[in-house]
Amino acid sequence: MGNEETVFFSRVLTELTLSFHIIYATIGVGIPLMIMIAQWVGIKKNDEHYILLARRWTRGFVITVAVGVVTGTAIGLQLSLLWPRFMELAGNTIALPLFMETFAFFFEAIFLGIYIYTWDRFENQKKHLLLLIPVALGASFSAVFITIVNAFMNAPQGFDLVNGELVNVSPFVAMFNPAMPTKVAHVVVTAYMTSAFVLASIGAFRLLKGSNHLYHKKALFLTMKLGLIFSIATAIIGDFSGKYLAEYQPEKLAAAEWHFETEKGAPLILYGVLKDGEVKYALKIPYGLSILAHSSPNAEVIGLDRFKEADQPPLYIHYMFDLMVTIGMWMVFISLVYVVGTWREWRFILTKWFRWLMVLGGPLSIIAIEAGWWLDEVGRQPWVLRGIMRTKDAATTSGQVDTMLWLFASLYIILGIGSVFVLWRMFRNNPVEQELADRAADRAGEMK
Amino acid sequence: MTLEILGITVLGIFLFGYIIVASIDFGAGFFNAFSTLTGKEHILTKVIQRYLSPVWEVTNVFLVFFFVGIVGFFPKTAYYYGSTLLVPASIAIILLAIRGAYYAFTTYGGLKHKRYTILYGLTGLFIPASLSIVLVISEGGFVTLEDAGPLLDYWALFTSPLSWSIVALSLTSVLYISAVFLTWYAQKAKDRQAANLLRKYALVWAGPAIITAAGIIIEMKNHNPEHYERLVDLWWLFGLSLIFFAGTVYLLWQRIAYGFAFWLLAGQFTLAFLAYGISHYPYLMYPYLTIYDSFTNEAMATALVIAFIAGLCLLLPSLYLLLRLFLFNKAYVQGNRNDHA
Repeated sequence: MGNEETVFFSRVLTELTLSFHIIYATIGVGIPLMIMIAQWVGIKKNDEHYILLARRWTRGFVITVAVGVVTGTAIGLQLSLLWPRFMELAGNTIALPLFMETFAFFFEAIFLGIYIYTWDRFENQKKHLLLLIPVALGASFSAVFITIVNAFMNAPQGFDLVNGELVNVSPFVAMFNPAMPTKVAHVVVTAYMTSAFVLASIGAFRLLKGSNHLYHKKALFLTMKLGLIFSIATAIIGDFSGKYLAEYQPEKLAAAEWHFETEKGAPLILYGVLKDGEVKYALKIPYGLSILAHSSPNAEVIGLDRFKEADQPPLYIHYMFDLMVTIGMWMVFISLVYVVGTWREWRFILTKWFRWLMVLGGPLSIIAIEAGWWLDEVGRQPWVLRGIMRTKDAATTSGQVDTMLWLFASLYIILGIGSVFVLWRMFRNNPVEQELADRAADRAGEMK
Repeated sequence: MTLEILGITVLGIFLFGYIIVASIDFGAGFFNAFSTLTGKEHILTKVIQRYLSPVWEVTNVFLVFFFVGIVGFFPKTAYYYGSTLLVPASIAIILLAIRGAYYAFTTYGGLKHKRYTILYGLTGLFIPASLSIVLVISEGGFVTLEDAGPLLDYWALFTSPLSWSIVALSLTSVLYISAVFLTWYAQKAKDRQAANLLRKYALVWAGPAIITAAGIIIEMKNHNPEHYERLVDLWWLFGLSLIFFAGTVYLLWQRIAYGFAFWLLAGQFTLAFLAYGISHYPYLMYPYLTIYDSFTNEAMATALVIAFIAGLCLLLPSLYLLLRLFLFNKAYVQGNRNDHA
């Protein structure tokens, strides 16, 4: 295998592993918070339904955590196996957050184990809530630390390169790079948003499929409310991310927006297709890009013309941008209608078609997460470390990457199908009505 | 103590921690599968499941910690080992993934089938085998430096008696460590039947474990004389380790003090690991990579050490809590609590 092929297969394998991992990782970051909130609401309202909600979510969560952990281990090792040159450099500059991520993960692992094996040990529900706090904190902080590493790849700093040697390394300057605040905030809040909408999907689906239990209605309303809050937060932080790009990584923004010529009062291009260098069927919002980039309709936005061709990211990331933003806006809209509709007792939110829209919300949010990451990662090409190291110089020299790609692809297919099958079976075999009846019977037994 | 030594010591502790907890885990899975095949499932499964369930996730963290740590403290290892280990490490990752996922699927998801139990048990033998390749490579003689980068000679690796000795050692010690620990655990659970069966396994594997360990030292004489010399210089550490080994076997044979027997075993492996580690010094990959030429810059090393200490302050109390609630909780160990909803 030539070097070019090795680089190609290394990229495909990394992309495959990450794309698969982030489905489970995103859920893994967001769901502990939802579980904690449900437990807290249950204690505050003294409502058994919410406590049960926390437990049933946890039971499913354990399955997704398992897949998240094993694929996370895979990507952790693959970074060194596929990109040895990159990791050698990263080890010198950005090892600190990598290291801290494992602590956060450790912390979460310990308390998750304790939480699920002490479900009926303490009478006081507050103790269970206390156990959930470290789980949620550990989950969110592992996202924070690992995103810092990724932010560094987009905005490397905290060291000097003198004749190819690294000098004056400052781990903290590397951590607190300009990409870090918006990136970390965006990753964490979209994970919360996605998890809320995934859980809402389940509630809406159960209501559609015959169960009309109060439990599902409470679950749906709680998760849609949380989803609304987090999707609005996502939109706001997304806007900051755009401003960050305009300032520090203009080539990514320009490629994502098909902004070819540097100009003042730049329009925002939504949708459309690119044919022979011409944008067709697009929706043009005058001054949109200038406002997005610099909050001023007449600001100058740097275009792709300022970059050498060898330094430009591929233009197809525009489609990823469209997909991500459209889904984000759609989810704000749907959850807003549902929450307002519930307060004002609009009838149509109880109809089948509206519930189907909510069922769709979870998968759509996951698609938006994938699209967002592809936009971010492909938008950094051709660099693995922007301005420092090109992707092709970082890849391994090993000749077996293609074989490994097929091996891992089969693994992910098995894990994907396996986890969906197991989750499906778990909840089908133990519907909430059954569990509520069992718990009532247990308690009646104890009273006697 | 220099920062280099401190760094390698921290990583050594985590590697050792992984070897012990993972051995217990891999061996437990194997014995569980073996008992399913031989119709003794009813004796072992409960005890093993009760131990494994709350800690399965923690085991994995030790490994992640080690490989993230080594890239942090010794970034050049990413280049030397990363370039050469693609195939063996990928196989280990895939097996670990299958193992972790199926554990969760069967325990929490209710997939109950012999097939999965056996699959789970088998991965427990292949993972130590594929991971121990790293130790083989570190002895030198299998990697050549080409213009493009380091290259692993698979033919030399597969035909070397040293590789197979180390693989055999990893397998026998996994089974031995696991059986001794589970004997103690079963006894704490007042499960006499399980304790007796596991004691038998422990005694069966004690011999092969010590013979393969001694075999490695002899192999080393031919393969890496420099390392062999250093090993011989540390004969007294190995001697102490051997005495500890004899103590464990004696206690198991006499059916007394299983707890103490396990601590002797822990001592035996600690001493042997320590002696191996000291004799390996200063090489990370003989003869290309020493801990000095691969060490990270001072600023990063200091930051990592501080993060490490802060992390320990968080982890040690949490780990203690985990052990208190499960391993050292009588009611839980004996299965008198059903906290799992």
